[in-house]
Amino acid sequence: MRYSIFSLVRNAATFHENWPLAWRSPAPKRSYDAVVIGGGGHGLATAYYLAKEHGITNVAVLEKGWLGGGNTGRNTTIVRSNYHLDPNAHFYEFSLKLWEGLSQELNFNVMYSARGVLNLVHSPADIDAAIRRGNAMRLNGIDAEFLTRDQIAARIPNLDCSADARFPILGGLLQPRGGTVRHDAVAWGYARGADARGVDIIQRCEVTGIRIERGAVVGVDTTQGFIATTRLGLAVAGHSGHVAAMAGLRLPIESHVLQALVSEPVKPVLDTVVTSGAVHFYISQSDKGELVMGGDLDFYNSYAQRGNLPSIEHVVTACLALFPSFGRLKMLRTWGGIMDMTMDGSPIIGKLPIKGLTMTGGWCYGGFKATPASGWLHAYTIARDSPHALNEAFTLERFAQGRTIDEKGAGPYAWAH
Amino acid sequence: MLLIPCPWCGSRNQVEFTYGGDATVKRPAADASEAAWLDYVYLRDNPCGPHNELWLHSAGCGCWFKLRRDTRTHDILGSVPLDRERSGDAP
Repeated sequence: MRYSIFSLVRNAATFHENWPLAWRSPAPKRSYDAVVIGGGGHGLATAYYLAKEHGITNVAVLEKGWLGGGNTGRNTTIVRSNYHLDPNAHFYEFSLKLWEGLSQELNFNVMYSARGVLNLVHSPADIDAAIRRGNAMRLNGIDAEFLTRDQIAARIPNLDCSADARFPILGGLLQPRGGTVRHDAVAWGYARGADARGVDIIQRCEVTGIRIERGAVVGVDTTQGFIATTRLGLAVAGHSGHVAAMAGLRLPIESHVLQALVSEPVKPVLDTVVTSGAVHFYISQSDKGELVMGGDLDFYNSYAQRGNLPSIEHVVTACLALFPSFGRLKMLRTWGGIMDMTMDGSPIIGKLPIKGLTMTGGWCYGGFKATPASGWLHAYTIARDSPHALNEAFTLERFAQGRTIDEKGAGPYAWAH
Repeated sequence: MLLIPCPWCGSRNQVEFTYGGDATVKRPAADASEAAWLDYVYLRDNPCGPHNELWLHSAGCGCWFKLRRDTRTHDILGSVPLDRERSGDAP
């Protein structure tokens, strides 16, 4: 069913009690042409683009919990493509272009809001680095604009731009097309689009083993029985290492917990996504009015989907240093998501050294904004058995070859990216 | 809040400590194979469960030690000085 003003009016007449389900919940078949593990945004997008772009519709998405119940529902909804290194810049810009048209593509309102993402700078060295990154972005055809302190003060009046602030703001790099997207809608929109093209979405179906014969994938063991397939894609984010281990692989990935928190909802006070690398903080206001904020990892390996208070204290301290007027707000909720932190801070999207096995993962902090491009390129790689130009740099082999894509130059410490 | 047992100072608040990653990786010999170096520098078991890891009591005694902690629950299962494998082992 196509959603439109007419379907809305028609269903309003019956008090919205007769909307059809957005996707089926079929029992798994015995075999599929391709199976994707992980029913978050990345896995659902992979299945959607496999069906839409490549005509491969005999596909199952296996999800151990419920759709979008992992990091798709736990991120802070920010999308941007303000990267310096070419592979990252091209990849994330491709993703941002997909975001711009995604509501029309999916006939599902993902509420993409190009409200701008502003990275604050607090030192002369920060200014140089921001302008350099902005110039690199513009050379790659990505919008970037350096704002002075006065321009920032005029745009964001409740940001403390005074000279005696704890970390004085000297300027900032703005990406105007960056912004936010409603994260749940991304999972639901891709699920609905994939299902309409014949993809089976199977929830509460945990993969317990990967069967490999003569170096090639032949299927997966699940809590709902064995499912045969020769093409298996992993889109399991924080559990990438754990699931890859079922295929006997070790990855250059550590899983870490990253927390976020939201305040009680208030009237509109902040119309830009504001971040500061120096104080490790980012904030935006949701359409419901909550201030959504986050900062750094908790800095220890974790699969717990919850963190501890020191990181939250750090985030709130940074928030009040930048926005003193938020001091009376009460925090409503905190939560944690498991980040698949790679050793160079960039993702792994491509083939693994077992025939028929691919992955999209290693997202570090950046998985949500990558969702459409990750799914698109993962589907391309599965369908063609070969990477696209946009993901050929994001191989697993780059670590052995010395071709790491280390945006921050932090070295092989997973938690440092 | 993690209450981390430093083998020298006793249990202290996590804010006194700095994380050092997987304690089971061993630096290979300088002439070891590229595969051994790849393993050491980049690849990790990343277990979902008990994890042996390095911590530095950076705002305390300044010593590194090994902590065993469950990555699913954050339960702390024990700590030993750097030169021992298990608690009670001779140095």
